[in-house]
Amino acid sequence: MAEAPNSAGTSSSGLLGWIDQRFPLSKLWREQAAEYYAPKNFNFWYYFGVLSLVVLANQLVTGIFLTMNYKPSSAEAFSSIEYIMRDVDWGWLIRYMHSTGASAFFIVIYLHMFRALLYGSHRKPRELIWIFGCLIFLLLMAEAFMGYVLPWGNMSYWGAQVIVSLFGSLPYIGTGLVEWIRGDYYIADATLNRFFALHVAALPLALVFLVIAHLMALHEVGSNNPDGVEIKKYKDAKGHPLDGIPFHPYYTVKDTVGLAGFLLLFSGVIFFAPTFGGLFLESPNFEPANPLQTPPHIAPVWYFTPFYAMLRAVPSFAGTQVWGVLVMGAAVLILFFLPWLDRSPVRSIRYRGPIFKGMLAILVLSFISLGVCGLKPPSGIYPMLARVCTILYFAFFLLMPWYSKIDSVKPVPERVTFHA
Amino acid sequence: MALLGAGSALAQESAIPLLQSGTDINNIESLQRGARNFMNWCSGCHSLKYVRYNRLGEDLKIPDAELAKLMFTSDKAVDTINSAMPKDAVGWFGKQPPDLSLMARARGVDYLYSFLKGFYVDKARPWGVNNLYLQGAAMPHVLQTLQGLQKPVFKNEPDSNGSAKMVLVGVDIMTPGSLKPEEYDQFVRDIANFLDYAGEPIKAKRQSMGVFVTLFLLVFFVFAFLLKKEYWKDVH
Repeated sequence: MAEAPNSAGTSSSGLLGWIDQRFPLSKLWREQAAEYYAPKNFNFWYYFGVLSLVVLANQLVTGIFLTMNYKPSSAEAFSSIEYIMRDVDWGWLIRYMHSTGASAFFIVIYLHMFRALLYGSHRKPRELIWIFGCLIFLLLMAEAFMGYVLPWGNMSYWGAQVIVSLFGSLPYIGTGLVEWIRGDYYIADATLNRFFALHVAALPLALVFLVIAHLMALHEVGSNNPDGVEIKKYKDAKGHPLDGIPFHPYYTVKDTVGLAGFLLLFSGVIFFAPTFGGLFLESPNFEPANPLQTPPHIAPVWYFTPFYAMLRAVPSFAGTQVWGVLVMGAAVLILFFLPWLDRSPVRSIRYRGPIFKGMLAILVLSFISLGVCGLKPPSGIYPMLARVCTILYFAFFLLMPWYSKIDSVKPVPERVTFHA
Repeated sequence: MALLGAGSALAQESAIPLLQSGTDINNIESLQRGARNFMNWCSGCHSLKYVRYNRLGEDLKIPDAELAKLMFTSDKAVDTINSAMPKDAVGWFGKQPPDLSLMARARGVDYLYSFLKGFYVDKARPWGVNNLYLQGAAMPHVLQTLQGLQKPVFKNEPDSNGSAKMVLVGVDIMTPGSLKPEEYDQFVRDIANFLDYAGEPIKAKRQSMGVFVTLFLLVFFVFAFLLKKEYWKDVH
């Protein structure tokens, strides 16, 4: 058994001592958990960071096991999924955990990003945390898109066809770029093979590195909190923030409660509604890819539909469709600039004025409406609704330098508000 | 866009609402009857290439001796259920009869049930029948001796120009078959139920397992909550 850590926080005897003299194990544990002081006033919204870590781990582990039986070839991919679903022991559970995990990932990430908007977690000095997060979101979209192609169902095939051909609308390089991405003149075996390589090796590796960078940056500057005040301003004699508590054990036990709640919902979907009414696993994807027959209505999976709706909302102009593609790209890229668009003197929505609250409500409503528009065929009221919502979505960001400055603010307390 | 599967290249799913199948994946007797009906009436043309005979026997509690009677295309129980249909069937029907392993997942159980009840006389079609739920279906009415023949029911509906137009709204019995209507309904309900099982053999087990997982997580939630409360006592 190791002795209690000495004043330097390292153990000097036993196995732990042996390790600590060669690797900063105790030091890492202390800095990242036992003595990482987090604000004590975290609320419901603060569960989604740790939940995205849990879902990431779920995707990595179930993904590894799926890879053991999946065959990345256009002739065998579809059958190998059915082999996993029927003949591999517990294969169905691993597959549903992975497919439900993909949707769960976007749910927790969207809520995690919304939390940042609520409490100003992207504001100085946390701009890099936010930028790493945006990069993670961007990579996650690529990862999810390529993963969706792998089962080689008919929606996989035609979804890939539609999304990849978007790059073809770029001037000059478009046609060559699309061929380069596909590795063939149409979505084919070569495309499936490279998407598999990117989905199981390149992108997960990049994602894990970015998540580590995201957490390192967070632990360097410290967490924001629902009041948007810096807890490092007031410290006790030992130098610990007065309003901070060690992440372990306080937040490890609290996050366990959140995890239990999440797992209840997550396993509810896995065991009782794995297709989630055709939203998480779409019916046309139970038919193998057929290059000669499109599904009756091609729509991306739900988590892409807000951006897909923006793409469709922009009419072609000057003989090209490229504007929609640019708008869709801008909708994601504009997130990166958020820390510099926000000019409000306060961070948290608790002390912000009515204009910001109204704009945030508009953002949420337009984003959800766009999601619905993207799922429906472009007829009736949907094209017009999508156009209005696209404008509102961009208005939230582009007008922010102006409205965040003129908005009224309430006095911000010196220390966090907390009621035990 | 809507050039959908189970028919000729021109087949189209119709706008007529589907019938409620009322199947129950936990009803073993219904699944057993469905398996027998499927093997006797469907498997000549349609394969279930992802379903193995032995898995079928195990899941549906069919004794080996009975199972052997259903194995038309193989004598090995580990084999998948293939059809006896030769490759030139395309020439007979205009398309190869589709594999039905995943049809229930792709189209839904209600669709399968409705489709099997939707055949009606249409002299313009190659096999003399059309389908209410899949206009231009390539499939002949295989179950005609059981159901009998149905005739189409049209309704006069004014179109946008005000002139009357005949619209297909349903079917009605024309000549009865060997089964009473409710017997036929049960016959095709069992097939639809069986195809629902074939689409996802683990379905029934997954749902019953889910109940225990949920109960465990509820208990876990309570303990996690109490532990958190205990730890957070000293946070003021």
